[in-house]
Amino acid sequence: MHCGMCLPTCPTYDATKLERHSPRGRIALMRSIADGELEATRTFGEEMYFCLGCLACMTACPAGVNYAELFEHARAEVEESGVLHSPRRSVIRGLTVKWLFMEHPRLTAVGRAMRLYQELGGQALVRGSGILRLLPKRLRELEAMTPPVCRKFSNELIARVIPAQGERRARVALLTGCAQDLLFSDVNLDTAEVLVRNGCEVHTPPDQPCCGSLHAHNGEWTLAQQLARRMIDLLPPESFDAIISNAGGCGSHLKHYSKLLADDAAYAARARLWDAKVKDIHEYLIGLGIRPPAASSAPGLRVTYHESCHLSHGQKVVVQPRQVLRAIPGVELVELPESSWCCGSAGIYNLTQPEMAGQLLDRKVGHIRATGVGVVATGNPGCLLQLINGCRAAGVPVRVAHPITLLAEAYRSDGRCAAGEPA
Amino acid sequence: MALDTATRGRLASLVGAENVLTAREDLIPYSFDGTAALRAMPEAVVFAHSTSEVADVLRWANEARVPVITRGSGTGLSGGSLPSPHGIVLCLTKMGRILEVDAANLTLLAECGVTTVTIADAAAGMGLFYPPDPGSMKISTIGGNVAENSGGLRGLKYGITRNYVMGLEVVLPDGEVLWTGNKCVKDVAGYSLRDLFIGSEGTLGVITKVLLRLLPKPAAKKTLVATFDQMDRAAQTVSDIIAAKIIPCTLEFLDRTTIACVEDFAKVGLPLDCEALLLMETDGHPAAVAEEAAQMESLARRNGAMEVRVAKDEAEANRLASARRSAFSALARVAPTTILEDATVPRSELARMIRFVEQVARKHGLRIGTFGHMGDGNLHPTFLTDERNTAEMARVHEAFKEIFDEAIRLGGTITGEHGIGVAKKEFLPKFAGDASMRVMRELRRVLDPHAILNPGKMFDP
Repeated sequence: MHCGMCLPTCPTYDATKLERHSPRGRIALMRSIADGELEATRTFGEEMYFCLGCLACMTACPAGVNYAELFEHARAEVEESGVLHSPRRSVIRGLTVKWLFMEHPRLTAVGRAMRLYQELGGQALVRGSGILRLLPKRLRELEAMTPPVCRKFSNELIARVIPAQGERRARVALLTGCAQDLLFSDVNLDTAEVLVRNGCEVHTPPDQPCCGSLHAHNGEWTLAQQLARRMIDLLPPESFDAIISNAGGCGSHLKHYSKLLADDAAYAARARLWDAKVKDIHEYLIGLGIRPPAASSAPGLRVTYHESCHLSHGQKVVVQPRQVLRAIPGVELVELPESSWCCGSAGIYNLTQPEMAGQLLDRKVGHIRATGVGVVATGNPGCLLQLINGCRAAGVPVRVAHPITLLAEAYRSDGRCAAGEPA
Repeated sequence: MALDTATRGRLASLVGAENVLTAREDLIPYSFDGTAALRAMPEAVVFAHSTSEVADVLRWANEARVPVITRGSGTGLSGGSLPSPHGIVLCLTKMGRILEVDAANLTLLAECGVTTVTIADAAAGMGLFYPPDPGSMKISTIGGNVAENSGGLRGLKYGITRNYVMGLEVVLPDGEVLWTGNKCVKDVAGYSLRDLFIGSEGTLGVITKVLLRLLPKPAAKKTLVATFDQMDRAAQTVSDIIAAKIIPCTLEFLDRTTIACVEDFAKVGLPLDCEALLLMETDGHPAAVAEEAAQMESLARRNGAMEVRVAKDEAEANRLASARRSAFSALARVAPTTILEDATVPRSELARMIRFVEQVARKHGLRIGTFGHMGDGNLHPTFLTDERNTAEMARVHEAFKEIFDEAIRLGGTITGEHGIGVAKKEFLPKFAGDASMRVMRELRRVLDPHAILNPGKMFDP
């Protein structure tokens, strides 16, 4: 099937009008390689990394083509073939994907160092000194994008076990993520708050590894499998009613451990159970039956909602975040045009493909500006960061927040904190 | 590829180097269109941004005797934009501007690369209506629609693309630019060249601008879904509706296999426990709409409909129509290759044709999903197969032949809206007859003496 129904939903095709930059074109290239008509070339490798992996094509595809799987395999093939190999790329990938994101303590150590740099005035000093002008343009842009690291990480904020409030409805595990933990540990605390308020006993083990999404999306299949096994060991699916993710990108990957570990006799069955237990927080709350907050923290608040690609296209969680927002007293939900069009964050895409990412961000920020709202809500740390940077750079005065943060604030307007003090 | 440096340089001087693609990775994605099991590699893909660039490319190609395959979004279903050996693909998706919406004359002027949905939206934005709605309208281009004379779900009441084309700008193979038609409702000056180019499948000239006729937007619309336990009952309902002198804007039909695939994708709540489903839509004055909807409902019930459901609002109606448009692609959920048929018969012969198609499928041991525009006799029986299975593909081909023969015998046609292209080329002579074939050949030779435009398509010289 190559009907082309995916084309209008593909951001890179829309921007370039080139078939090669469309899902249909990319699949044609993958097929040519599989059929032995084409070798994995450098151009092919670059194409696979020009794809955002936003999966909008999967929502559009009437034929049900599993692009996500084809895409992950293609990137793995690119890495295996070494067509993109360069010393610089190897060093960067070696340091990040293969080292930093493999052990959580390494990540928090780096986070602490960055926090010091930011808190002790190092960043202000460096930015003020003009020394940055000596750096290449790309590094300067990257420095400007560095997000503020949280004062406390999740394990300093959230107790390992928090009892449910009111009647206990479930026993759940909370996934704290890797980048999420460093940059948005407050969202993790808010998620715990919301779960507790909704009658869940919340278990949050410290030092959770990266879920492996970064690795699977970047062609590191074996490392992704390794991380999946560690996650299953740390949060045994048999022990919980649900395993809660609040990051759209991670959730989308976390729900497919069974595919990743299908050939692992020791883990295959547990991975299937794991997949069944992993729920996005919005999906879980609506399924459970949300206990609406009694009061509003900000009456008359106009909020718009940007859909994380992997939450909407990957997990098909589309209605529930909107339902959560509507459940907050005093919130008026204003629909964002093209709400499910990628913002350009796409994992580390904004770092690897800054030009296309920038175009997408401009488009998104333009729509946000047009709604004239005070808050834009989105359920993924990558999108949060991208929109914070984008709106700030464009001078659009909006607050960017996770829907669950807005909900938690409404709960806390009763003056109590069920899960701990907000960071 | 084989394109030499001098040729590449020449093309680059005409349209800019960035608009000439020759790398294998760039060409493979243009080696097919929406048609199953057809592939061929072009020598180059060339993008033009204006009529004058199209003229420059054609002038060069005509002199160099290089085949030119014009392409929009590549959604065709007869292989019309399939590349030809040693040819270039002239891709016009970047000619994407709407030039004018004239509310005083109810016309819209657009470049050929504008998508059908953009035209429909632009018209709707002015309270107007562009009715043709081919299944691929979200991405198909208007130039492609005109070149293929596309149909859609509203053919029964509103006709097809041809009925909405008032004027065309066409570039001839020698680079000369021709305008045919205008904003006048009446115009009988000379031969209607416009009608010659509509449906010419890229063989006579390259369509670069289209002047379209628009209608006022109907004031009201009602959409109904009726389900039946037998295909015949659905067909009889359609006949009864036509006999009752009702012309609905849509009378679409889906069989059990197609319903299951569409519902699996679109999740619009189609009932899965029936053999046939009719999607019926009436539009116009609110009073007429209410009356016709009630009549259609009662006719469906009289024919033993299991359930008749009325869409509660426009959003639901649009979801249902949009789900129906996905039918062809959705059938690929059950088989890797879906080869759809486009045979069309006079409406009175519809029930007979449906039964015949079922017999043929059974006889050749083929799986089939059938849907289509029941109101205008345009069926889409779709073979669910696998192109790697050579034996089965041969049986599919055999089944086609029998279906075409029967369609012709019943006074129908071998293609209602997809075109001849490559897929139906061998069946055209029998359908058209010697005299028509001779005139078509001579016309083509006069307009394209060096046979550079879409060679190998429709018929051979």
